Amino acid sequence: MQVPASFDYRRAESVDDALALLERYGDGARVIAGGHSLLPMMKLRLARPEYLVDINDLTELDYLRLDGDRLRIGALTRHRKLLESEVVEHFFPIFTDAERVIADPPVRNRGTIGGSLCQADPSEDLSAVCSALAAEVVIRGRGGERVVPVHEFYRGPYETAVGVGEMLVEVRIPVRHRAGSAYEKVERKAGDWAVAAAGAALALAQDGRIEVAGIGLAAVGADAVHARAAEELLRGREPSEELFAEAGRRAGDDCEPVADNRGTAEYKRHLAAELTSRALRRAAARAAAGVEAGAGV
Amino acid sequence: MQVSINVNGTDYNAEVEPRHLLVRFLREDLRLTGTHWGCDTSNCGTCVVLLDGEPVKSCTVLAAMASGHSVRTVEGLEGPDGLDPVQQGFMEEHGLQCGFCTPGMMLTARALLDRNHDPSEEQIREAISGQLCRCTGYLNIVRAVRWAAEHQARAQTESPSQSETAGV
Repeated sequence: MQVPASFDYRRAESVDDALALLERYGDGARVIAGGHSLLPMMKLRLARPEYLVDINDLTELDYLRLDGDRLRIGALTRHRKLLESEVVEHFFPIFTDAERVIADPPVRNRGTIGGSLCQADPSEDLSAVCSALAAEVVIRGRGGERVVPVHEFYRGPYETAVGVGEMLVEVRIPVRHRAGSAYEKVERKAGDWAVAAAGAALALAQDGRIEVAGIGLAAVGADAVHARAAEELLRGREPSEELFAEAGRRAGDDCEPVADNRGTAEYKRHLAAELTSRALRRAAARAAAGVEAGAGV
Repeated sequence: MQVSINVNGTDYNAEVEPRHLLVRFLREDLRLTGTHWGCDTSNCGTCVVLLDGEPVKSCTVLAAMASGHSVRTVEGLEGPDGLDPVQQGFMEEHGLQCGFCTPGMMLTARALLDRNHDPSEEQIREAISGQLCRCTGYLNIVRAVRWAAEHQARAQTESPSQSETAGV
């Protein structure tokens, strides 16, 4: 039986309490929410925190709020709530697409968006989703809050901008007009990590051209979570099959997958390209359907 | 550290190490060995129990995290009137062979039926998609849950008329 190494456990009663604990215990402390990434890593001794600060009682961080032109998601919001939210599905179907294929129902009952992002696993789906949507994250410390674009949040595999004594408290997603988004994932079996996955978010200008384009990739390299080159190609262009195929090729060329038991690097590169163009196609169709229905205007 | 966990309606207080996993607390400390321990990596789902009514994989929950919450295990499925319709369904439809996945499957089914009295085959398959069965090919498990849904509904529609009869 696998058991984590010894650690001390503290249950935070409020965000301030959690921050005080994190400050007191310094870099030996880790926040635990769902625990479905951290505990398996602790069992394997890939993570060995001295202190766990349990934030599951901080219901003040469990919310979905549409606030003007952005959706604010509390860090403790569980996958299941994101999957079942009609507001999320309406404005950001990319989330719903992804949540359907993230792990499985018991894991989604525990896992949180904050935990997913802070784990910063290059194969993790919500990182790609938030990258495509150009989300911002709110990091709070005892000295106050700072807002960080998600593209600056990742510092490498399992490393984020969250410093010692800080925690992620909120994710903010801009709501755009005439917008559509989608997520495409290939997995070996139900609930598995992606072999490769791609998310796309588009917002169209009045004339139908692409005004905002976001593409996020999962499982094809730590530096490929944000597919910049493919995004640049799309901006200002008319949506078309050829354009989406070319954007897919760019995403495939730019990523750096490694061969493992889920596939060869070549296969994953192919998937990155193909899934990017499929996600773009669906995102564009959803944006167009929204414009037609009058919802996105 | 001290934990207080309600398991199947009874409060248990115990002194545990913070690293003690819920599955071990249930099996070793309470001797509730109906909760099985399988892959230990939250993949196989045989250790599923209900935490505040929802399925979780107890190999990936610390006993400390469950403190102050209620846990339901397979030992808590049977009620004063006999087997839960889910347990009955697994018998009627031969929903198990070796039985290793069965406790977790039945608890997931219970949680599903508590939220949705009439789940479709697809909804049942989605609900159990985090749990592996290597014997049945899932077909009989799905049938067992459908059996429970149908007989649970019948029991619920029958009981008011029975009490009416009793009142007359």
